[in-house]
Parts: sequence; C-alpha cells; structure tokens
Amino acid sequence: MSIPKMGEGRDRVDGRAKVIGTARYAAENNARELVHAVVIHSTIPAGTIRAIDTAAAMKVPGVLTILSHLNAPKLNPPPPPPPQQPAQPNSTQQQAAQGGGGQQQQAAQPQQQRQPPGNYPEPRATPFRDATIHYLGQQIAVVVADTLEHATHAAELVKVTYDEKPARVDMNALRAEAKPKGGQTPPFAKGDADAAFAAAPVKIDQIYRTPYEHHHPMEAHSIVAVWEGSDRITLHDSTQNIFSTRDTIANAFGIPRNNVHVSSPFVGGAFGSKGSTWPHVLIGALAAREVKRPVKLWLTRKQLFFTNGHRPETEQRVALGATRDGRLTAIIHEGVSQGNAISEYNERFTRPTRMLYDVANMRGTNHVVELNVSTPTYMRAPGESPGVFALDSALDELAAELKMDPLQLRLVNYAEKDPTSGKPWSSKSLRECYQRAADRFGWSKRKLEPRSMRDGRLLIGQGMATATYPAHRSPASAKARVNDDGTVVISCGSHEMGMGTATVMAQVAADALGVPVERVRFEYGDSTLPQAPISAGSMTAASVGSAVFEAASALRKKVVELNGGRDLKSADEYSTILHANYLPNVEVRVDSKPNPEAEQYASHAFGCHFAEVSVDPDLGLVRLRRMVSAFAAGRVLNEKTARSQYLGGIIQGIGMALLEQTHFDRRFGSFTNINFGEYLVPVNADVRNLDVIMVEEDDKVVSAIGAKGVGEIGIVGVAPAIANAVHHATGKRIRSLPITLEKLL
Amino acid sequence: MHPFDYVRAANLSDAIRDGAKKSTRFIAGGTNLVDLMKTTVERPSHIVDLNALPLAQIEEVEGGIRIGALARMADVAAHAAIKKRFPAISEALLLSASPQLRNAASIGGNLMQRTRCPYFRELTWTPCNKRDPGSGCSAREGDNHMQAVLGTSDACIAVHQSDLAVAVAALDGVLTLQGPKGERRVIATDFHLLPGRTPHLEHDLREGELITSVFLPDAPHAVRSSYLKVRDRTSYEFALSSAAVGLDLSNGTIRSIRIALGGVGTKPWRARTAESLLTGKRLTADRARAAAEAELKDARGYGQNDYKIELAKRTLVRALTDLGGVA
Repeated sequence: MSIPKMGEGRDRVDGRAKVIGTARYAAENNARELVHAVVIHSTIPAGTIRAIDTAAAMKVPGVLTILSHLNAPKLNPPPPPPPQQPAQPNSTQQQAAQGGGGQQQQAAQPQQQRQPPGNYPEPRATPFRDATIHYLGQQIAVVVADTLEHATHAAELVKVTYDEKPARVDMNALRAEAKPKGGQTPPFAKGDADAAFAAAPVKIDQIYRTPYEHHHPMEAHSIVAVWEGSDRITLHDSTQNIFSTRDTIANAFGIPRNNVHVSSPFVGGAFGSKGSTWPHVLIGALAAREVKRPVKLWLTRKQLFFTNGHRPETEQRVALGATRDGRLTAIIHEGVSQGNAISEYNERFTRPTRMLYDVANMRGTNHVVELNVSTPTYMRAPGESPGVFALDSALDELAAELKMDPLQLRLVNYAEKDPTSGKPWSSKSLRECYQRAADRFGWSKRKLEPRSMRDGRLLIGQGMATATYPAHRSPASAKARVNDDGTVVISCGSHEMGMGTATVMAQVAADALGVPVERVRFEYGDSTLPQAPISAGSMTAASVGSAVFEAASALRKKVVELNGGRDLKSADEYSTILHANYLPNVEVRVDSKPNPEAEQYASHAFGCHFAEVSVDPDLGLVRLRRMVSAFAAGRVLNEKTARSQYLGGIIQGIGMALLEQTHFDRRFGSFTNINFGEYLVPVNADVRNLDVIMVEEDDKVVSAIGAKGVGEIGIVGVAPAIANAVHHATGKRIRSLPITLEKLL
Repeated sequence: MHPFDYVRAANLSDAIRDGAKKSTRFIAGGTNLVDLMKTTVERPSHIVDLNALPLAQIEEVEGGIRIGALARMADVAAHAAIKKRFPAISEALLLSASPQLRNAASIGGNLMQRTRCPYFRELTWTPCNKRDPGSGCSAREGDNHMQAVLGTSDACIAVHQSDLAVAVAALDGVLTLQGPKGERRVIATDFHLLPGRTPHLEHDLREGELITSVFLPDAPHAVRSSYLKVRDRTSYEFALSSAAVGLDLSNGTIRSIRIALGGVGTKPWRARTAESLLTGKRLTADRARAAAEAELKDARGYGQNDYKIELAKRTLVRALTDLGGVA
C-alpha cells in the first residue's frame, strides 16, 4: 500500500488522445447549425471610426450579420473595483494576484461574491462600446456567415474609414509621462540605495532592453458559443481561466453566472495569453446571441499578434554598488515598459530584485508608458523573466569588473532570508542548485578572461545566471469520490494546457488514497466542477494539488470511519467496505485554502542555469552548445512532466535570448513580422544538449503536498546566462535582447 | 481570400490555353501563392493547376541536367547526380524552408516566389509599390532589417529570398519557358528583374507563359560548388545573407569562378565584379575580401539593414575560403 506514485515519472494520461486526435479542442466543437465569425481589425492606431461600409460585404452569399459599435447591443463593462484593501505585501493572495500580472483579481478571492466582475483585460474599452480606436489591430466589427470562407471574404469587403488622431507610439519620446500602474506592486525601497551607490567603491550602471514578444501557443485562441434562449450559454473556450471566463460572460451579458457553462478540456498551450477574457470571447458570444445560432470564432496566427496580449517592451536601468571583495551594497533597478490607457498591465521587472540577493540598500520602480499599442499581458514569468535578464547581466558585469568568478559573486551575496521583509524562506536550496549544476557543467574549468576559450575558429563562452519565481497558492476546491468497484474520480475545474495537470493530480490522489494510479481519473476543464484558480503564476500544483490531496485524504478518512476506524491495508478494501455498507459510492468535497502560517515566510522557487555558447567571430552567429540547469521547487510530483515544464521554459528562454522579437513600425503603429516565417522561435536544430537537475525539497508551508511550482522558473535566467556566455566568448556585452548576429558583427 | 475558379490542366497546351485568360495564376505546390491569396495580396479569378503535367523529371541530358519545373525541392535536393555535379543546388535546397515545404514546393514555383517584405505581404493597408504601384515604399524608412542592399531603387528595396535562385544564377542555369507564342530560353540571371520604377514587374515571363524546366550546364566550377547560408536561427529561416560559389582551381589559381549572393539583393545577385577580380588569380583571404568589397561597393543600407553590407562581404569571404581551402 505504499507504492510511491507522487514523484514518479509517468506518461501523461491525455497523451494518447492528443496523439491520435481524439482530444477535442474548443474549435472542434462543431455544434449543429454552427456558423462562423470573422473579426475585423482597425488599421490605424488612434482616432475614431467615421464609417463602416458593409454594402458589398452583405452581398456575399451566406452572410448573416455584421456587428460593430453601430448596431451591436452594448455589453456591460466591469463594475468599478472595490475599495482598496490595506496592503499586505507578502500575503499569499497578494502574491498570487501579482503572478497573474495585475489583471487577475479573481482567482484569489473568495467564491461567495455577489456578481463577480470577471476578468476584462481591457476594462476601459469593452468591445463595440464606441467608435474610439485605442490601438492598431483592435477588434472593431465581426462578420457572421454560414461558412468560414464566406465570412472571411465578406470581412475583406468591409470598408472602414477613420478620423485619425496623432498616435502615441514612441516609448522613449514619452518616457517623461511614465507612471506607476497596477496597484498591487508598490515600488520598493530598503535603506538608502542612492547614497550607498554613490559611496560604493565599485559601480555598474547600465541600461538593458527587452523587446516586444508574443506568446503564440500552438493552438490559436478560439471559442464556440452556443446559447439556449438569450440567458443561458455554453462556451467552448481555449482558456487557462475557466471561472473568470464564466464570470466575465455573466457580467457582460447581465445573466446569472450559473447560466454560463464554460468547457475547456484541452488547451493547446497558453503561456499567459489565455488567462484573460479577451475581446474575441465576448464578440463571439455576442454574435451567437444575435444570430441565434452557435458561432465559432477562431483567430488566425496573424490576429494573435494584436489582440491577445504580448510581453511589452522594457527599458531597465540597473545600478549596482559593491565593495572590492564583491559584497553588494546597493541595487537600483528602475525603468519603463509599454502599456496602454485601457488596461492595467504593468510588467513588474523589478519584482525579483527585492529578494534575489542580500543587499542592504535597494530601491525599485517600474513605470508604464501608455501607448496606442495593443494590450500587454503576463507571459511566462512576467516581471521575473525580463527583470532577471537585466539584474543578472549587471551582476556579470560586476564580476567582470572585479575579475571575480560570477558564481562566487552570487555566493558572496547569497540571501539567507528574504532581504526586503526579513522573513525566513519556507525553503531555499539555491546553494545546492549552484553546486550540482556547476559540478555537472564543469564550471571550475572555465577560464575567467573573456575570449580565452576556443574550438577551432569558434569562440567559446560560458555564462551563468540565477533563476527564481514566487511560490503562489490560491484557494481551490475539489471533490473526491470512490465507487464500489474501487475506481476513484477526483474533480476540480482546473486546466490542462500541456503541463500535465491531469496526470499529476491523479498521482496525488492515488498517493493519498493508497490506490493504483490507474484507478484514479481526474475530471477538469469545466465550470460545473468545483472551482479552481487561474492556471498561472506557477500555482496549479500547489493550489489544486493541495485541494486534491485534502479531498482524497478526507475521502480516505471517511472510508476508514466506515471501517470502524481501522486503516486500510490494501486498495481493494475500498470496494469491500463500500459493498459491506451497501454504498454505491462515497464522496467528499473540500475547499482548500492557503496555510495561514505561510504569512510568516517568504516562499519562492530557485534555480540556476549554466550555458555554453559558440560564437563565429566573423559571422556573429551564436549557437547554444549545452546548458545545465538545476531547480529546487518543492516536491516533484511527476519527474517526467516536471522535466518537460522546465525544458519548455528553458527553450522559451533560448528564444528570448537569441531569436524572439516582434518588430514595431512607429509610423503605422503596427507590429510588422506577424507570421512564423519572421517571428522566430527556436526550432529543434537550435536546441542541443539541455540537462535538468531537480533538487528535492518538501515545502509544506507552501502546499499540503510539499510542491511549489515549476511552470515559469525554467525561463527565468536563461537569457542572462546566454548573454553572459556571449560576453565571455567575445568580450562584447549585449544589453538588448535578442542577441542577433548583427549585434556581434 | 477572394473567390476564384479552378481547373486542373490535363496537358501543357491546355495549361497554356487556360493560362492566357486575364487574372490567372498557375499553381503547383501552392506554398507561396496560397499564402498570398489568404492575405489578398494575390487575387486571381482563375487558378490553373499544373500538377498533372509531366514536368517533374530530373534528366541527365547532354552537357548537363534538366530539371522539370514541377520537380519537388526535396527530390531535386536528394538527386544523386545533382549532389555530385551541382552540390550548391542541393545544398541551397536543403537549407531552404522546412521538410514539409520542400516536399510540396516545386522548382518553378521556387523561382517565382514573391518577396516577404512585410509591407508587401502582411501589412496590406500600408503603401507598397509592388502590391499597389504608385502608392510608395513603406520599407525604405520602416522595418527593413531583412530587405535588400543591392539593386534597390527609390520605388522598392524588397529582397528576393529564394536560395535556389541564387545557386541557379551562380551556375549559369537556363530556364525554358513555354507560352502562347511557343518556347523560348532565358538565362537565369536575366529572368529576374531589378525593381527600378516598376517593382511590380518581377520577371521576364510574358502573358500566359510558364516555366517548364531549368537546365544546369556541367562545368568544373559546378562540381566544386557550395552554398553558405547565414541566419540567426539554425534552420527554417530566410537568409540574412548567403553565397553560392563555384571554383575551378588549378594549383591554387582560379581557372574559373562563379559567385552569386542571396539575402541582399532585390534579385539573385550574380557577382560578376568579384568573379572578374578573382579569375586567373591565386585565391587568398585578402583577395576574397577585396573582391567582396568591390562587389558591395554600390550597396546601400536603409537603416535597419545596414549590417547586411558587411555581413554579405564576410559571407562571401567565408564561402570562398572554405571552398578553396585557404585560411
């Protein structure tokens, strides 16, 4: 009865369905009488719509309607936000909300709220509200027709004319207007950073830049909306936030939230871009209600460049003060990122700075420059990912200045407790991560001097960086039921977007119940199930995992009670006991909440990357040759899916370091490389030898199952590790991502 | 996508008859045309499908190899005689696109592919002289990091992105064209046109004509030829710069040489200046650099693509010195 199931590397339970094609994604729900919606976008960045000429489009066969602000019923905007609660900077809920990037105010709140506001990424511009254009690519009208081809062609024939306004498109030029935004992360300060920096014997003071990047999950955003009458809807959505979708729809259409059924059993990747209820969801639902037919709305790859979030451009100053023996005395981290006037998003890149190294004097601010550019959103490790690029690049510059080993510099400034709050860590095994990764990488053989290592005509460089991500946990509910045949069903409306939730949760339950994992089925992806938080902020394992563990444990306890208090000796006893009690099944439901004790601790996952690159000195070509990464993120629930999560993050980090950037043309206010031929993500040939070490921890403060979260930390630190390796190879410091060959010519 | 009708031509004469109608496009692999139809850059009323035509053979003929226009990129790349006698052709193909695209795309279609300049292809609401003659060029002062530095004009700086066309231009390929007025032959380097004031005219293909084959003439410099492609992503990216080079060396002295540059020109850029400077000389890295400097003398950058001028020189030097075995 003590077969270890948690932690075991198991194949994903949904793998076969995905490979053979029986896994049904949102857009594959071809309801009877289904019709198709195609969205029309603005082609100017600022101004108002003067007219929409639909005459030619309406003549296309099969066109049912064309909706816009001129004729569509108005959707309810989100209600005004409740008065601000007093700040609790380190509460778990607070951190969870930050992990969600500021738009995510729902997940961490209790369920018993009256009419929830939902999760509008653009709260000040509900779709089709008026003629105002806030950015290029804004969804301004929708064509509904019997076939996708008819709808697409009709959409091409719609002529929109505008009254243009000068657009705000230049972040640098408007920097003076940058402002704080997104109430939840105040600027932080400790000691007197400016005075300490001024007095420091060694100083680094540089500007680092990261470009616009887009998430691009493999499955494009899509919905199928099916109304029954005008107040009851089933929505097949590709979302990482089922309950917020439900609440947004309920609020926007003014219907009870129990009349909204959201189904999302499979999600083909999200990376944050499916955490908000983006305009197409409301537009598709609106179109379906108007034509009184089920509507499918499936965005194209090109459309995804404009309307479903991106990582905004950042410009960051990092100033480090240090003693000659490498003790950091001051960090100043400040800068700006792109935002817009209709959303609250702020890319909080200074967030990791306040906790990563032990420094007496620190301050950080990150402000937003509001532009006429589409709405940014959280993208894998929002804040941490661009922030640690700047911070750990600066640290490497300091190490070079001091002629000190970069790893040694980090060990000298190792934070034994949270340097800002002074709280103890609930767990931190970063030192062991450094040690094991450095050993496996062979870091001690690295020569300190740049341009000192070669392989034929190639320059070889080795660099490292630290990784971190906060450990969040939010309330979650789960049901556990055992049937008299011994099978178990665990239910929670969480999400499977490829990270392995369905597999891992079955393992957690099997472990708690003492049954073979094959007997456990995890039900998820549906708003009729017990409520789960958004799958973001790396908190699904801790939040849903705890709920599942507690539900399974409570179920076991209940069956043990039926057994007269005697514990179970084998999995088969569930069946025997139920039969003996004439029960077809036994079910329990739990509402799991974060551990109140967690308030006394600072909780984060930690890790590090060691990268080796080659650089062709003539052609500027950078190739990542190998990378060793180590992570400590609490208990590992499934060795295989956890490794995949880490690898996915690392590969996305390789893209961030070397390839990914969305070009922007200020004259038109438009992104330009809007397809996969020119928006470059790593291909197999770019991904060589990646080695992941998992350092075991068991953090019961964060979650009942000892897990933190593995979804985001993988990407954090990859870009600086590679940039630092490029410096080591070439002597050139690239402070602006991605590191393309032209920067090294 | 605009509505169109479709016929599958049973033979070459039907194809030419059907192709003579106004607003007609021939389709083979469709990997470029269909994309452009989806963005409404191409709006043909008629599509004539060539795939049933017997034009997919790769034949060893007197003095060279003739490749049917419908041969697929993957098949040509893997062909033993091509690999042996024209390695630069095989390499250029293998460094193009992805395996899936190479299985679908035809040789004729590859030579006919249109630029990926974003203002032409994606941002269809912006000015573009190629897409909408007379409207202006958005790339000159915009996102031009991929665009050309050679052969540009006030009207257009769009780069020609075929890898194959660069290798064909270097190795003196000859195209056979068939049209309502019969068959004719065009030297590959004359087939693609400079933009000048008419960037919407891209090639010497008259109304109703189609490419039926590409002839590659045997030569010592073809046997010793290679294709170097430089790009940030290791695979599946268009060239930032490339070079197809063929060398016939005798005791280190260049008897004959062929060079064409890719990723930098508004058409596949046969580097005759560099060739003439090097012919008859001993190949050294310095001479290669001097030849590259001379070839790029009139190159012009437009801001974001300035780097391509230096990159093209280094690409050529690397291609020549590697192929010639000199340090």
